[in-house]
Amino acid sequence: MSPVARRIGLGVLVAALLVYPFLDRNNSHVDFLANAGAFILLALGLNIVVGFAGLLDLGYAAFFAIGSYSYAILASQQFGYHVPFWLMLLIAPVIAALFGLLLGAPTLRLRGDYLAIVTLGFGEIVPQTFLNLPQYTNGPNGISSLDQPSIFGHSFGFSATPYYYLLLGLIALGILIAANLQNSRLGRAWMAIREDELAARHMGINTTTTKLAAFALGASFSGLAGVAYAAKLDLVSPDQFQFNVSVLVLSMLVLGGMGNITGVIVGSFVLSFVNSFLLPQSTTLAHAAGFPNIDFTNYRFMLYGIILVTMMLFRPEGLIPSRARAAEFHEALADEPLAEQEQEEYEGAAR
Amino acid sequence: MDVFFQQIVNGLSLGGIYALIALGYTMVYGIIELINFAHGDVYTLGTFFSLAILTGLGVSGELHGPALVLVVLVTLLASMLLCGITGVLIERLAYRRLRNAPRLAPLITAIGISFILENVMQLWRGPSPVPFPDLIPNPAYTIGGVVVTAKQIGVVLLAVAMMAALQVFIYKTKLGKAMRATAQDRDAAQLMGIDINTTIAATFLIGSALAGAAGFVSGVYYGTTWFFNGFEAGLKAFTAAVLGGIGNIAGAMLGGFSIGLIEAIATQYIPGGAQWTNVVVFSVLVLVLIFRPSGLLGESLPEKV
Repeated sequence: MSPVARRIGLGVLVAALLVYPFLDRNNSHVDFLANAGAFILLALGLNIVVGFAGLLDLGYAAFFAIGSYSYAILASQQFGYHVPFWLMLLIAPVIAALFGLLLGAPTLRLRGDYLAIVTLGFGEIVPQTFLNLPQYTNGPNGISSLDQPSIFGHSFGFSATPYYYLLLGLIALGILIAANLQNSRLGRAWMAIREDELAARHMGINTTTTKLAAFALGASFSGLAGVAYAAKLDLVSPDQFQFNVSVLVLSMLVLGGMGNITGVIVGSFVLSFVNSFLLPQSTTLAHAAGFPNIDFTNYRFMLYGIILVTMMLFRPEGLIPSRARAAEFHEALADEPLAEQEQEEYEGAAR
Repeated sequence: MDVFFQQIVNGLSLGGIYALIALGYTMVYGIIELINFAHGDVYTLGTFFSLAILTGLGVSGELHGPALVLVVLVTLLASMLLCGITGVLIERLAYRRLRNAPRLAPLITAIGISFILENVMQLWRGPSPVPFPDLIPNPAYTIGGVVVTAKQIGVVLLAVAMMAALQVFIYKTKLGKAMRATAQDRDAAQLMGIDINTTIAATFLIGSALAGAAGFVSGVYYGTTWFFNGFEAGLKAFTAAVLGGIGNIAGAMLGGFSIGLIEAIATQYIPGGAQWTNVVVFSVLVLVLIFRPSGLLGESLPEKV
């Protein structure tokens, strides 16, 4: 696509997104889009950690939980604090980022797969802790009746439309930040670490602070998403932040293309669509067609699993790949075992 | 003090199951440096396989004498075999292609396999806990105020016996030697004429068979299971493998018993008890990885460049 065509396409897309709630009066559709928006924001954040810096974070939902709970604790009847929503949009990402630093500082020295497991452990500990402290968090019931955001004196209420625009704005901001980071000195340092940490260190990159920056920035996105999502849902509870949420967001990245912002957004939208729309709708259809025992929503985890496995086996760079990422995957796959390579060289010389 | 020793006994039997699972993690990690995330689910699959076999045999209650021995042996071996085959299939379909890919690729695949297995089990036996027939008579012995049940003794003995057999296998047989060679340097092993694919498949066969044994044991011991059981048990067993020193067989055993003990003691002595045990165990995992990633018995593994 030529740059001009791209710009026109992008302009049309943005215009369509802006007028969408006026065209589709079905509140459930707008509601779906707003929820999908929160996950796009999460995917953009995880993409900084996994896609840009190449660190596998399996506990990303923990930061989402921390963002959501910060809002629930600081803006509800729970303790009588009522920090304004817009201020929380600034505070929660900072809190999430601090926890990112807290987790990252001691663990980022670890090799990649150990780091993945430590983040997984963290992802288990955080919701469990919220569950186990009912005096602060109401335990399994969670915190409800959160403050509703308002703008110029108009409360958001229970319509999905204001949240839709809020998330559209936050996603635009997220894209702007992520795209600028990717092309910055920091972004190039992330890429260098991802491709070869040892070489990166020898080129003078401080790998620890660079990785920490990825962790903190990635976490801050989920803090943002957490506030928006908690306010929209009007409820936070520990079971919203289980391991499957971390894996869902990871599947979005793997499907769309790790490291590619467009890919990540598309992957995340497609999976949200399948999850909250296609599976329930086709279940309803199946029931109407006389198969009352079929429930496609039961196959959700299977779907994430199949996406992760088949994509990794056949197209690890995702549907819309980042060129650098694709090259990394295929170069590595072409690395044949030494013995075979030497055999080929030997045969080549004999010919 | 009795309470303390009681928790030691409980912890050891709990640890026996973790140790059996941890052996599979440690073997696979030792040979291809992959955290086989699906291993915990293979363990749960073992419980479900055992359950299906017992149902097939028409066993629903307590057995005695030769019938008991026969049923236990048949179920245990069949569960081990089926899990072993599952493990080999997983390796063949999901991991082999990615053996030379960036390290995180097979780990992501392993998570995918884990989710698929969990969903399959959920569709097979439903989302709620499933009861397991109470087939072994379980007399309790009181030794100085501490109650020890026959099942608890059985779990520990079986785990120790399996580890001893595995140790002999790894150090005394040709295939065991091939495994050690492959773990040390895959290319060099291949140049020495070792069939890498067979050796790695054999590792998965044995590791998963041990998970199958653990699955049967846990069914008998707890009398219940559910499709998601393997996630938590797997994480704890992985913690055990890391604590003991990953790649080290005796370490997996030591780690397994330690995690069992930590869990039992934490349940007893931390206020609020049981609900914090997972937090305690995962904190152990995080702390071990940070401060002593080589574990109690392991050698330090530098990242391969």
